Amino acid sequence: MQLLIVEDDEATASYVQKGLSEAGHNSDIAAAGDRGLEMATQGSYDALIIDRMLPNLDGLALIATLRGRGNKTPALILSALGEVNDRVEGLKMGGDDYLTKPFAFSELLARLEALVRRNATEVQETSLAVGDLRMDLLAREVWRGETQIDLQPREFRLLEYLMRHSNQVVTRTMLLENVWDYNFDPQTNVIDVHISRLRGKIDKNFDTPMLNTVRGAGYILRESKA
Amino acid sequence: MKAKRKLFHSYTFRLALLYALIFSGSTLILFYFFYLFTASYMTQQMDNTIEAEIQGLAERYDSEGLEGLTRLIAERVNRQQATGNSIYLLTTYTLQPLVGNLDRWPRNASINNDWLEFQLEVNEDTNETHLARARIFRLPGRYGLLVGRDVHQLTQAKLRIIQALTWGLAMMVLLAFIGGLVLSRRTVRKIERINQTARSIMSGDLSRRVKLTNRNDDFDQLADNLNRMLDRIQALMEDIRRVSDNIAHDLRTPLTRLRQHLEEARRQANPEEESANRLESAIREADSLLTTFNALLRIARIEAGQITAGFASLDFRTLLQDVVEFYEPLAEEKNQRLVVDLGNTIEAMGDRDLLFQALANVIENAIKYTPADGHITITLAQVHHEAVITIADNGPGIPEDERENVFRRFYRLDRSRSTSGNGLGLSMVSAVVTMHNGEIRLMDNYPGLKTVMRFPLRHRVETVDTSLPEAA
Repeated sequence: MQLLIVEDDEATASYVQKGLSEAGHNSDIAAAGDRGLEMATQGSYDALIIDRMLPNLDGLALIATLRGRGNKTPALILSALGEVNDRVEGLKMGGDDYLTKPFAFSELLARLEALVRRNATEVQETSLAVGDLRMDLLAREVWRGETQIDLQPREFRLLEYLMRHSNQVVTRTMLLENVWDYNFDPQTNVIDVHISRLRGKIDKNFDTPMLNTVRGAGYILRESKA
Repeated sequence: MKAKRKLFHSYTFRLALLYALIFSGSTLILFYFFYLFTASYMTQQMDNTIEAEIQGLAERYDSEGLEGLTRLIAERVNRQQATGNSIYLLTTYTLQPLVGNLDRWPRNASINNDWLEFQLEVNEDTNETHLARARIFRLPGRYGLLVGRDVHQLTQAKLRIIQALTWGLAMMVLLAFIGGLVLSRRTVRKIERINQTARSIMSGDLSRRVKLTNRNDDFDQLADNLNRMLDRIQALMEDIRRVSDNIAHDLRTPLTRLRQHLEEARRQANPEEESANRLESAIREADSLLTTFNALLRIARIEAGQITAGFASLDFRTLLQDVVEFYEPLAEEKNQRLVVDLGNTIEAMGDRDLLFQALANVIENAIKYTPADGHITITLAQVHHEAVITIADNGPGIPEDERENVFRRFYRLDRSRSTSGNGLGLSMVSAVVTMHNGEIRLMDNYPGLKTVMRFPLRHRVETVDTSLPEAA
């Protein structure tokens, strides 16, 4: 991926750049809002990482200007302002995702990958498939091989999200926001319990597990190498 | 109804009532003495006339003897035959009547120092009697002389005076009462205006001020003082917010950097298991510190009433269903039973994410502290104009003297110090509930803890409430 980081805090910017390069992605840094807008317009990026409070031109105005010019590059807003209305405002101005500082790098990476992927596959699908796991979105049925798997509505949504982001790390917060549609902090490992329940249904009676835990980051649904 | 109750409970109304009572009481005393002196004066006048008359008659007897006296009495009796109210009687010493308009010496009379009071027959057919008052006098030669008056007219006059005074008093009490009512209604309205402002300030809008009327009366002065107090509070609050934001920011930034360094170190570390584990736990510590800071900042912002922009129409039933569904697997893991009774949908305005967080905290606590195989009951009901959410468990509960404390930040019960958590969960719940104008109470579930949250459904009131409008 080719990424643009618009961030005035040098430490954070280089931390992100370093992390991205370790994950095999190239990135440029802009330290001010106006410079960021210039680079985003001229260059060709897969995604933008934009801080909210920037010198010269603030992050939200930057995105609004870009969108006004017809530039649809996915933008992730990175901000210390983390209240619900800050989020809503950020997404309304044209941001595609919102991440509150401080953040775990794995979270940022997972979200960026999800963003770029989402941008690539904007088509409405009627079925999903990962390896021998198939999901019929219309009949709301799930099959693994020849076995039909019976899922609760929420488990179905959870698996759908994991399948749409297969082979990529999905964090707990991403699941909370997208599957449960609530923005809050559970104090317990409740998400893990949901995952292990789902795992019990799709992996238990099969030789190779598909739903794996990525330590310190989240989960990944992978094609079983059988 | 409510307005009426408020009126009767108002301080000014009670004050007006008290004034009316004191006023009526003092008037009553005034009337009493007025009556007492008037009535005794009237009686005194009559007694004096009788006394003078009897003196006159006695003198006539002295000068002209029995014959002259008899003639004079007969004359006087004749002169006031039909209309008069004078009574004369001259008798022998055996009380046999000689002359007068009384046919016999009165019987059943009460005697007091030569004064008689007796019932005078005025109409034989109807047996009508009047009270009469008379003076008796022994003439030389042992003749009995009686001179008196029919007191009926005097009694009537006294009665009239009492009637007039009673009516006057009744009107005065009524006027005082109405005056009190009008006065207190006006005052209650003025106080209500201040109350309304206070309520909207309590619900977070600290910029509101009490309107002044330019009359510069006591209420204006009160309002002015309140407004100045609010200015001061607002200024102080802004100071505190600035300071706490700075602290949080200043502490968060190095923590974030620390976290970043740790993560980098983990990525670059040799794959030796032990050091990776150590870095992992250091990151977890940093994360939990950051979570605590975030929660603290969030509670502060909620309590400062800054977050009302997230308010939208929501359904408590759906919200609770979602929370329950989210936590069901966790309860199942501990083999706990969630008993859910949600009833109908209840719509209200609120911040769904914050309410979800609050309900999640309470249910999480219930699951955490209720032992395995326990049960947790979750109910939702509309009671009058409130949505009432009850979450009850059969765990160890919270001792009564600790129930207020657990809402304090960082407060943890001794027995829960060993479990995970930052002591901010219930502070957050309390802040969210207060922000929604609700109320939270912790009660005994015999055994266990019962958490009751009440949220007013203000937008429903207008359509359902048909009672009297507020005093306008």
